Amino acid sequence: MSARVCAAVAALALTAPLPLFAQEDTRGFLRPLGPIAELQRTELIWATILILLAILPVLLGVPYILWRYRRGNTKAKYRPQWEFNTKLEILMWGGPTLIVVALSIWLAQAVFRIDPYRTIEPEMAENMEFEMEGEPVTVDVIGLDWKWLFIYPEEGVASVGEMVLPVGRPVTLRLTTDTVMQSFMASGLSGQIYAMAGMVTQQNLIATRPGATLGTNTQYNGVGFAKQRAPVRAVDGDAYEAWLDEARDSDLALDDETYAILAQSGGLDRARSDLGVAGEGPVRFTLPAQSLFERVVARYMNGDAVAPEAQPGSPFYDPEAHVLPPAAEMTMEHDR
Amino acid sequence: MNALFGRLSWSELKLFETFTHGWSIDTLVAAGAAWAVVLGAVAVAGWLTWAGLWGRFWRDWLTSVDHKKIGIMYIVLGFVMMARGVAEGLVMRSHQATALGGGVLSEEHWAELFSTHGTIMIFFVAMPFITGFMNYLIPLQIGARDMAFPMLNQISLGLTATGAALTMISLVVGVFETGGWTAYPPFTGAAFDPGPGPDYWVWAIVLSGFGSMFSGINFAVTIYKMRAPGMTYMRMPVFTWTALCTSILLTFALPPLTVAGLMQALDRYLEFNFFTNDQGGNMMNYANLFWMFGHPEVYILVLPAYGIFSELTSTFAAKKLYGYESLVLATMSIAVISFAVWLHHFFTMGNSATVNVAFGIATMVIAVPTGVKVYVWMATLWGGRIRFTTPMYYMTGFFILFVVGGLSGIILANPAINWQVHNTQFIVAHFHNVLLPGLIFGIFAGIHIWFPKAFGFRLDERAGKITALLWIVGFCLTFLPLYVVGLMGYPRRSSAFDDPAFLPYMIVCLIGACMLAAAFTGLFVTLWISIRKRDELAVPMGDPWDGRTLEWATPAPPPHWNFAVIPHISERDAFAREKAEGRPYVLPERYVDIHLPPNTPAGMIVFVTTTAFGFAATWWIWWLAILAILVLVGWMIVHSFLDHPEVVIPAVEVRRATNVWIEAIELAGEGVTRDDEVSPKNRGYASTDMLVAS
Repeated sequence: MSARVCAAVAALALTAPLPLFAQEDTRGFLRPLGPIAELQRTELIWATILILLAILPVLLGVPYILWRYRRGNTKAKYRPQWEFNTKLEILMWGGPTLIVVALSIWLAQAVFRIDPYRTIEPEMAENMEFEMEGEPVTVDVIGLDWKWLFIYPEEGVASVGEMVLPVGRPVTLRLTTDTVMQSFMASGLSGQIYAMAGMVTQQNLIATRPGATLGTNTQYNGVGFAKQRAPVRAVDGDAYEAWLDEARDSDLALDDETYAILAQSGGLDRARSDLGVAGEGPVRFTLPAQSLFERVVARYMNGDAVAPEAQPGSPFYDPEAHVLPPAAEMTMEHDR
Repeated sequence: MNALFGRLSWSELKLFETFTHGWSIDTLVAAGAAWAVVLGAVAVAGWLTWAGLWGRFWRDWLTSVDHKKIGIMYIVLGFVMMARGVAEGLVMRSHQATALGGGVLSEEHWAELFSTHGTIMIFFVAMPFITGFMNYLIPLQIGARDMAFPMLNQISLGLTATGAALTMISLVVGVFETGGWTAYPPFTGAAFDPGPGPDYWVWAIVLSGFGSMFSGINFAVTIYKMRAPGMTYMRMPVFTWTALCTSILLTFALPPLTVAGLMQALDRYLEFNFFTNDQGGNMMNYANLFWMFGHPEVYILVLPAYGIFSELTSTFAAKKLYGYESLVLATMSIAVISFAVWLHHFFTMGNSATVNVAFGIATMVIAVPTGVKVYVWMATLWGGRIRFTTPMYYMTGFFILFVVGGLSGIILANPAINWQVHNTQFIVAHFHNVLLPGLIFGIFAGIHIWFPKAFGFRLDERAGKITALLWIVGFCLTFLPLYVVGLMGYPRRSSAFDDPAFLPYMIVCLIGACMLAAAFTGLFVTLWISIRKRDELAVPMGDPWDGRTLEWATPAPPPHWNFAVIPHISERDAFAREKAEGRPYVLPERYVDIHLPPNTPAGMIVFVTTTAFGFAATWWIWWLAILAILVLVGWMIVHSFLDHPEVVIPAVEVRRATNVWIEAIELAGEGVTRDDEVSPKNRGYASTDMLVAS
């Protein structure tokens, strides 16, 4: 049986009974939509199996020892002065050391392979055996209280409360917030990464099959925290283009003024009512200027104080006071 | 704002929240908790007055510098705070069982609950418990009369109590911080939370942090300088070894936390920008400082529990500890490596792959000495004669559950997996899995072992065993399901969920939480039953468990001066050897006067002034803050000019007390065998199992 089959069987055994009843999009990385989450699941399973080697002696040995050496059992040999055995020492120190060495090699391989900052390229696709084609997609993610804003700068659209990605094309997320620290995770696709005001973090991922997962904030950021979950949908190329086209037809333009209103604390429903958009669910915008993300980052980095009134998420926030620096003044580093 | 009361107003008082905010389960819980604190304090004060015990309470406890009494006060403080922590846990689990799309509590209240629960359980339950044990046991195990700095010891207790008091006051006046026990800025910064909550947190943590650091210095110096003659490092009991490692960690790990807290205070009060969004602030520096404390803290807490497990296995298996050298080496390795792993709390920060790999591997390396410890305890039981007393029940629960916590720990050490489960319920399951079986089971086992030493009678075994089983089963039900929902990506600190599939898990958690609450009550039922049966359970001769270390060679409770004469140590587990060779309890040839440090109100003065300062700074009552500092500094100056004559216990008195004890033992003739260990025949004079074998 190849390692791959082993892993599949083990995956089934480990995960089958548990999230069976869960909704499709909340099964997290136990039901991966792409190679990164898949590798993470494989790591989880193999690490568990290997560590079991170290803890099974305890789980089985302790009950045995307790029973055999109970005080009432006069047959067991009592050795009150026994305190050292070289072979046992070697086993005690050597066993866990070997396991840790194995796990460490594994760990290093996995981390270098799926480092969130590593762009998905053909070489990686070859090593990890997945298909990729088409132009890379850039999505800029801004964490607001308590909703995610997804900006597609190259496509000239933006979306609040939903991210749609094309299957098979590599995606680079650039993340920041315009409030307190948050952490973005679309667990069916990849792990999480922090997002902080004035700073840019990165997450590269790719979906290899269509499906939905949840884009969750996992870093507590106030009373609407539990509601900050946006569906992340991986769809085929045509559906993706159709979705973008619909967004380009939106009546709403994400200009500075609209952004300042959108940024204030509140969930998706609140944003809809603030913007005067009827209905419910995600909202799509056209994007007048490509540089919104850079300007949101830059507003904290120009050396001036940003008053609480100008910081979305603050109880003092006033959309009138929210000023974005002009695009010309921006400086931004893309490296870590 | 006014000069007299700062930003404090009547509306901050939460006692009448049900009237001011309307009736709901939420306000009822909030007001109920506030009343519980007030009535609890009034009841204790009323009882002391009614029984006329204020004088004795002051002389014998509050102003005492006796390490044994300070140790007991730490543990009592831990239990008082644990009552609140457990109640909060129960309330949170009730909320989560109703959290499908909502929940019974308000969002603000929920946030306050998970923040206070974490803060209290770590800083004001776990820390007082381990500090209490170290206080009680270190001098007795190394053959000393007290700590190196007895007054500083009392001041440490005062500062810890200050932190606890501030969190209790926040239950009645105002709100506590709402960003979790880690209190990450900028959420807790002035721009996002100007209210009193983060200020309560800052002062509670900073002030008690000083106390813990002082404790660390004090214990380390005591172990370095005050060991009885002949007690070399490699002859020290293992608990003392773990205490030494913990003391070193306390000394070096607490300052980053205190500094981070003070930097946060500067941000909040004086508009500094260490951790703000703008002007170059960087919240990741806070994360680094916090976890430079936070990770060693885990080992600060768990190492003394390892010490207790080591003493426990060899005592109740009636056998020498297997692999003492390995255990010492493992303990020291853990202490050292624990400083090199803090970054695994934020693999998700955007570090380079190389950094993540380095810290991931460092984290896994810690599993090696930890694994060795578990194997060493198994080897200690091997070839023993195991008695299934209550501590052994806890030990068994520890063995089985702790390795599961170790398993999830190593899973978490892998950044690739960590990116998925960080900040989810998986983490919640993991650290409860390590701290409950690892630390709290150790503490409760330790209480069963050393309670008879401290109070002169054993705890009831039947009630103790039922309680232990409740802890073990309750733990499994409450926390193991969280691993599953964590893997499915349910974030921690989340007040609600949308997926009905989580509901069954949450209901199991609630059932478990009810069992844990019952288990906590069980501790007091055990105590109550034991007090009622105290004559039957009395072990005045001091050695109920056939103990191996020095503290068992004293009466129960030990005299203020611990040892009539300072013993000379010739080997490890000297008392066990003396018993095995049939020559324990030798009367000293010569008695001398014993000099002991005098009582002092220092701890109380520090407690009152720092609590006043913390409260005043939280509410911007500047005159009170300044007054508190002036009183404290003024008292320090006055204190340094006063004479502090030592208390002298005359040699005659020491001889008399010792003779009473030894005569009782001689009168008893035969020691009690281990068959009668938990019967009324056990008066604390042990006929050792070791004798039969050697």
